[in-house]
Amino acid sequence: MSSNVITVPVSQTEARPWVDELHQWLTTVDHKRLGILYIVSSLLFLALGGVEALIIRIQLMHSHNNFVSPEVFNRMFTMHGTTMIFFVAMPILFGFANYLVPLMIGARDMAFPRLNAFSFWLSFLGGLLLYFSFLGGSGLYGAGSAPDVGWWSYAPLGARAFSPGHSSDYWTLALLVSGFGSIGTAINIIATILCLRCPGMKIKRMPLLVWMNLVMAGMVLLAITPLSAAQIMLLIDRYLGGHFFDTQAGGSAVLWMHFFWIFGHPEVYVLIIPCFAFMSEIIPVFSRKPIFGYPVMVAATVCIAFVSMSVWAHHMFTIGMNSYANSFFTLTTMAVGVPTGIKIFNWIGTIWGGRIQFKTPMLFSIGFLFQFLIAGLTGIMMAASPFDWQLSLSYFVVAHFHYVIVGGILFALFAAFYYWYPKMTGRMLSERLGEWHFWLFLIGFHLTFDVMHVPGLLGMPRRIYTYEPGRGWDTLNLLITIGAFTQAIAILVFVANLIISYFKGAEAGNDPWDAWTLEWSISSPPPAYNFATVPTVVSRRPLWDLKHPEDPDSRYE
Amino acid sequence: MLMLRMKSSLRFFEQTILLLFWSATAVWAGEPKGSASHGTNIFAPASTPANSIADLSVFVLVITGIIFVVVFALLIYSVVKFRGRAMDSGREPAQVYGSTQIELAWTIIPILIVVVLFLATARVIHAIEDAPEPAGAVEVTVIGHQYWWEFRYPKLGIVTANELHIPVSDLGHPTPTFLQLLSADTDHSFWVPELAGKTDLIPNHPNRMWMDPQRTGLFVGQCAQYCGTQHAKMLLRISVDRADDFVAWVHAQQKPAAEDAAAIAGRRVFEGNACMNCHTVAGTSANGRFGPDLTHLMSRTTIAAGAAENTHDKLRLWIQNPGAIKPGSLMPAMKLSDADLNAVVSYMETLQ
Repeated sequence: MSSNVITVPVSQTEARPWVDELHQWLTTVDHKRLGILYIVSSLLFLALGGVEALIIRIQLMHSHNNFVSPEVFNRMFTMHGTTMIFFVAMPILFGFANYLVPLMIGARDMAFPRLNAFSFWLSFLGGLLLYFSFLGGSGLYGAGSAPDVGWWSYAPLGARAFSPGHSSDYWTLALLVSGFGSIGTAINIIATILCLRCPGMKIKRMPLLVWMNLVMAGMVLLAITPLSAAQIMLLIDRYLGGHFFDTQAGGSAVLWMHFFWIFGHPEVYVLIIPCFAFMSEIIPVFSRKPIFGYPVMVAATVCIAFVSMSVWAHHMFTIGMNSYANSFFTLTTMAVGVPTGIKIFNWIGTIWGGRIQFKTPMLFSIGFLFQFLIAGLTGIMMAASPFDWQLSLSYFVVAHFHYVIVGGILFALFAAFYYWYPKMTGRMLSERLGEWHFWLFLIGFHLTFDVMHVPGLLGMPRRIYTYEPGRGWDTLNLLITIGAFTQAIAILVFVANLIISYFKGAEAGNDPWDAWTLEWSISSPPPAYNFATVPTVVSRRPLWDLKHPEDPDSRYE
Repeated sequence: MLMLRMKSSLRFFEQTILLLFWSATAVWAGEPKGSASHGTNIFAPASTPANSIADLSVFVLVITGIIFVVVFALLIYSVVKFRGRAMDSGREPAQVYGSTQIELAWTIIPILIVVVLFLATARVIHAIEDAPEPAGAVEVTVIGHQYWWEFRYPKLGIVTANELHIPVSDLGHPTPTFLQLLSADTDHSFWVPELAGKTDLIPNHPNRMWMDPQRTGLFVGQCAQYCGTQHAKMLLRISVDRADDFVAWVHAQQKPAAEDAAAIAGRRVFEGNACMNCHTVAGTSANGRFGPDLTHLMSRTTIAAGAAENTHDKLRLWIQNPGAIKPGSLMPAMKLSDADLNAVVSYMETLQ
C-alpha cells in the first residue's frame, strides 16, 4: 500500500429535520446512497413478489382449490415473475455493484453520478408503473387488472386480440423504462471500472467482484437492448398497426420467442455473475486464504459471458426446431457447464487448506455452493433436449430455476447482506438471528424446491391454477406450500434483523471481518467521497499487504 | 462381441435404474404396478419416443448423479476438515494462489463429460425428430383452440375433439400415429408424458410429432404452454385402441349425426340459437368451427376438454352456465329457458 496512509475524515452528523433528510435521499447522486436506495426499494418489491408467491402456493395447496379465481391466479404468477426478475433481483444486484465497485477500486464515486441517479429512478418508476396496472390496467378476460400473460408474454397472447385493455401495456412500459435504467447503470459501471481505478490497480489486480461486475455490465448492454427493441415492436403492433408478432396478420410468434430469450438467457447470467462475485470475495475471507486460481476465475467468467450468448434457444426446445438446431443448442448449453464447474472447483480449492470461520455470510456461501451445484446439474439434464421435451414447461423447470434464483442468487445475496451490512450501516447484523434466518430458510427452501421437482416428473405443467385429484400431485403440493411459508417466516426474521441491528447492533469498526479489499480500509459507513487520500495498491489484496508486511501478496504476483 | 455384451449389460443397467425411478415416482403417484395407465409419469413410457427419452434421461441422471456425489463429497470433506478451531486463533493458513495442473484437470474432465453427454443426446434427437413416416401411419391434424383440442383425421374424414383415438402399434407391424400440430389462436403445447415429449402448437408455425403406443388403454395429459385464462382445464385424453376396436370407432365416427324424431324440438332450439355458429353437427345446417364438433358427442366420456364427465347433469349445467365448470371458457351462457335447455340436452344425448 506504499506510504500513502488513508486518513479517516471526521464525519459530520449534525441533527437535521426529517424533511431535509428525505430531500437529501431523493436528490442524492452519491453512489453509496443510490446503492442503498436500490437495495431498499428491491426489498419492498421482494415483499410484494413474496406475497404473490404465497397466494399461488395457497391456491395450489390441494386439487380443485378455490382460494382465488383463475384470472387472479394468472395475474399472480405473471406479476411474481416480472417483479422478482426485473424489480428485485436486477436492482438489488445493481445496488450492491453501485455501493461496492467504487469503494473496491479506490474511487470517490461512479463515473457519471447524475446518470446513476437517473438510472435508479427509471428502474424504480418501472416498478411503480407495473404495480399501477392493478389500479389502471384491465385484464385478459373480462374486467380485471394487472397483466396476466406470463412473465415472458408470448405472442400472440400479448397481442390486442387476446389481451385487450391496458394491463399488458403497463407490463411493456415497465420493462422498457426500467430497461433504459439498466442500460444506464451498465454504461456507468463499465466507465467507472475502466477509468476510475486508483493508482496501481491494474486490470489484473482488480478484486474479482469488480471483474465480474464488469462482465455483468457488458452482458446487460447485450441482453437488455433486444428486449427493449422487442417491447417497442410490441407497442407498435398494439397501437400503430404493426404486425411483427401479430400471427393473425402473418406475423411470427417464434420471432418474439427469439427476442425474449436472447435477452432471457443472458439475463440469468446477468443475475448469477454478481453472485459469483460475492462468493469470490466472501469465501476467501472466511477461509482465510486468497481465491484459488484468480486468472482462471476471470477467464471462466468471460467464457461464461460469451457462451451464454449462444444458448438462448434451449428455452425453445419444444417449439419444433429441426434436429440440427436442437443439437447445437444442446451442445452450447452443456458447454456452459464447463466454466461454471471450474468456478465451483475453484471455490472448493479456496476452502481447501483454509481455516473456515462459520460466520453467517459463510453459512449462506456454503448453502450457495451446495444448491448451485444441484441447480447446475438439473440444468445439464434440461440441456439434453429430448429430456427437456418432457421437463420443459413442467414443475421440474420451475424447481430448477428457483434453485438457481433462490438457492443460488438469494443465498448469495443474503451472504452479501451479512458481509457488507456492517460497512453500509456501521453496525453488525445479529449472528444469533442470522443463524435462525439461515437454518429456517435452508429448511424452507429445500422443502419447497427439492419436492417441486417431483410433480414435474409426474407430468404437472406450470401455470395451472388448479389440477385434478388422483395424479399424485396433492401431497407434494401441500409440502411445497408448507416450505414456502417456512421461507416467508425466515424472511421476516431477516427483516427483523436488518431493523433491530440498525439500532442495536454491535459497532462494526472499519474492518470487522479482517478482510483484504479497500472498502475495509475506511470507516463504516464510509464518508462522503470515500477516500480522503486516494490509495495506491501494489497487489490484489491491499489490506493483506498492510497487515502482513513480512509476507505481502505483491511478492507472488 | 465384447462390445455387444457391454452394450447389453449397459442396457440392463439402464432398465434397472429406469424401473427404480418408475417405482419411486409411481409410489408418489399412487399407481399400482402393472395397472392400465392413467398416469402422467415420464418414467413409465409406453411408446418409442417416450421410451428413448426415458432411457436418455436415466443415462443423464446417472452421469449427473456421479458428478453430484463426487463434488458434494469434496465440498463436505473440505468444509469439515478445514473448519477453524479455537487453538489456531490468530494464525493464518498457508496462502495458496492456485495450481495450473489442477486447473487443467478440472477443465479437461468436464469437457470430456460434455462430449459424451452431447453425443448420447444427439443420437436421440435424430432418432425421434427425423423418424420417417411409414406408409401405414395414421395421420391426425391437431388444432389447439383456447381451452380445447380439435382432432381431424384427413384421410379418414373424421373430426372430433379432446379425446384422441389411435391404434396400438406393435413393433413387428408398426402403425404409428403422426400428428400435425396447428393453432387457431395462441400458443399451446401437446403433452401426454407416457407417449411422447411435448411439442408446441404455434400459429403460423406447423409442427409435427409422432407416437407408437405399445399398450392399449387411456393415456392422459394436458396443454403445457400457457394459453390464457383456462390453460389449466385444457385436458387431453388419448385412447389407445386394439386394431379392430379402432376400425369400429372409425366407422362409427364416419357416420353422419343420428336423427331422432323425438329430439326434433331440441334440434330446432340448437339451430335457432347461436349454438350452430360455433358447433358442427354433420348432416345438419350447424357447421360452425369455433367450438368442438358435436356430431358424435355421446361417444366421448368427458365434456369441456376433460373438465367434467359427460353426464346428463353436467351437460345441462355446462350449456346453462359454462362458467360454473370452467370460468373464462369462451362458450357463452346462452340464457335458455328451462324448456329449451331440457330440449337441447335431450337433442345432445341423441348424438351417439
